Amino acid sequence: MEGFLSSAIRMATPLLIAGLGLVFSASAGIVNIGTEGFMLLGALMGCAGSYWTGSAFLGALIAMVSTMLFSAVFAFFVLNMRADQTVVGAAINIFASGLTITLNRIIFKGVPVLAAYDPVDIPLLSEIPVIGVLFRQSVVCYLAFLAVPLAWYVMKKTHIGLEVRSVGENPRASDTLGIDVNGTRWWTILLSGLFSGLAGSYMSLGQLSFFTEGMVSGKGFMALAVVVLGCYSPLGVLGASLVFGAGMALQFRLQAANTGIPYQIITMLPYLITLLAVCGFVRGSRSPAASGVPYTKE
Amino acid sequence: MAYLEFKNITKVFGSVVANSDVSFTVEKGHIHALLGENGAGKSTLMNILYGLSSPTNGEIFLDGKKLRIKSPGQAIAAGIGMVHQHFMLVPTLSVIENVMLGYKEFGKFSLNLKQAVRRFTGLAEKYGMPLDPYEIVGNLSIGQQQRLEILKALFRNSRLLILDEPTAVLTPQETNKLFELLHKLTENGLTIIFITHKLGEVMDICDRCTVLRNGRVAANLSISEISGHEELAALMVGKHIDLVTHKREAAPGDPVLMVNGLRYTDKQGVARLKDIDLSVRAGEIVGVAGVDGNGQSELVKCILGLLKPDAGSVTVDGSDVTGKRPKEVLGHGVAHIPEDRYKMAMVKELTISENMILMSYDKAPFSKHGVLDRKTIDGYSEEICKQYEVKTPSVKELAGRLSGGNQQKFVVGRELDRKAKLIIAVYPDRGLDIGTTKYIQSRLVEERDRGAAVLLLSTELDEIMELSDTILVLHDGHIMAQIPQKEAKRETIGLLMAGVRNDEGKGENE
Repeated sequence: MEGFLSSAIRMATPLLIAGLGLVFSASAGIVNIGTEGFMLLGALMGCAGSYWTGSAFLGALIAMVSTMLFSAVFAFFVLNMRADQTVVGAAINIFASGLTITLNRIIFKGVPVLAAYDPVDIPLLSEIPVIGVLFRQSVVCYLAFLAVPLAWYVMKKTHIGLEVRSVGENPRASDTLGIDVNGTRWWTILLSGLFSGLAGSYMSLGQLSFFTEGMVSGKGFMALAVVVLGCYSPLGVLGASLVFGAGMALQFRLQAANTGIPYQIITMLPYLITLLAVCGFVRGSRSPAASGVPYTKE
Repeated sequence: MAYLEFKNITKVFGSVVANSDVSFTVEKGHIHALLGENGAGKSTLMNILYGLSSPTNGEIFLDGKKLRIKSPGQAIAAGIGMVHQHFMLVPTLSVIENVMLGYKEFGKFSLNLKQAVRRFTGLAEKYGMPLDPYEIVGNLSIGQQQRLEILKALFRNSRLLILDEPTAVLTPQETNKLFELLHKLTENGLTIIFITHKLGEVMDICDRCTVLRNGRVAANLSISEISGHEELAALMVGKHIDLVTHKREAAPGDPVLMVNGLRYTDKQGVARLKDIDLSVRAGEIVGVAGVDGNGQSELVKCILGLLKPDAGSVTVDGSDVTGKRPKEVLGHGVAHIPEDRYKMAMVKELTISENMILMSYDKAPFSKHGVLDRKTIDGYSEEICKQYEVKTPSVKELAGRLSGGNQQKFVVGRELDRKAKLIIAVYPDRGLDIGTTKYIQSRLVEERDRGAAVLLLSTELDEIMELSDTILVLHDGHIMAQIPQKEAKRETIGLLMAGVRNDEGKGENE
């Protein structure tokens, strides 16, 4: 049980981090399938940063900043050039895949020893039986969970959140009220880049302590699904990432448990949930009205 | 001293002069009408005032101070509020969230909704427009949404309100309510600029009016100086026009369209059509009055095969077409002027010529052996454009580049030219100016006299009352009443449109 909880949390964390960033850009009307590529770059740059500086947290910083710069490319094409979001997102993914393979071979010779996100035990709480494992996680993981109420507050109770939501639903109305539509979309994309970078670095530095090519393997798309499943709300994203995390942990268990079901079927489970979520089988969750539509002033 | 002064405003877009040397003044506490045909420059002028575009030349003074407005945000800060024809509301947000959007007086970071609600309810009560601040805007009626737009402007301390065709979407009763409110606002020192096409409203509630024609001020006078509708119309169009559509007694023949027991429930499970029966005979115009969204669109789509009814039958010219594909239905001699030309009537990215043959591209003389005959098509398009006064540099121009009025004219031209047995016209003159409206209306009457059955849907009660031989009132998916033209009274129909049946003196609201 302890092992299951621990692995569920570790699987859920990158989805939660990326999902919290995506909630903002998705609410502002951006469909960013490039998240997969963002996370891949974050995973590599986290390792590279840790390798160069010897510090996992400087690695995280480098991952976040470089992914944010990368997301600026997406933002520029999508917002300033008004290119199709899906096409640019797909291009970002292909580019990130090639870029990380190349950089990986240039930066690392052999398998280096890296400073990773070490678990930090929270006194007392971590000693509780079974659920104590929840309090033996890395700082990044704690921060991700603490960020949920903060993101919820910003989204629901502040001008920033209201502007983000209205820009995604009715950009023209927002414009006539003096809100900078493309400006808002720009920063939400940068924010999602920043978070995706951290999420990627958590996968490499928090779970494995090294980078392998294509290691994100669909988690970026899952993060998108988490946002849809979570009805574009930070609290929903928390719930949805826990569901996905538990699903993946369960899948590991089932593989080990020798159930007789071919393991290929079992590994499909999380992706199947993703597919269902993204295809809109989730009732009650509807995407913002202006999703994917570039905004032009008259 | 005048409250608002436009001084020599000129606005040039490329080679098009939208406003040319526009100067006039608006007095404090007045309701000032701004009139003009489509393309006369009203919207351009208001967009300049509201900071959505900047003038090529000229200045605006508000309360004696020169305005330097480059964005709507600055206009709002200067006390200018605008209620757009298409409401600028976010339907998924609550009333109070819509009010607070972009309003940062209660704190730059937090919304402070409680404080906002207090102020909002106070304002709403002061002007007699109660609204639940936590209701989702998408659930409000059109009239309530308009009140919310006005409250939004008042919330921002607007002293000058621009209303762009505010009555276009209202029932007569809602319109009266709006006018009461406007008087209350002017009593409180607000100034209102009122853009409209309806001459009666100008005469009823405005103090002064400015008429724009071809981007210039054609007239600027006090309402008391105007003799009547005819004079106003003449000022707008630049020549005398006949405001009455002349129409002989109808000589109806056999029924062409028969709708029996039509029911339709939409995807959300809402019953949109509840047992509709109607028939339209050859040589007769049947007008369907009703507030937008009471089943008009579903009725038309069920007849044309764009939606599949749950029950009931549709017969056109003796053939049962229930549930048939649109092309088959149209093939029975049906012409359709759709409610939304961008969604249904035309393809913006194609040329006018290509749009002209959207329904007949596969028939001679426009195509031979599956190849389009461009010459014939262009010749035909030019003819229609000439006949229906479509202003375009060439028929090879992209349809999306024409003004809304000209787009509607070529759509109407295309449909009426098909010599159809049944014409379904949905808001055929929405957004058109008086000249064009009158032309289209008289063409519909001509089609009737030719022997076509005409089903006319409109939210303009005046239009329905003037053109229809028989009037049906649609409310919440029901036909509330069927009234011959001679017996039709504005008040009765207005109440029926609002869902109130006035039998035995007691109202019934469904």
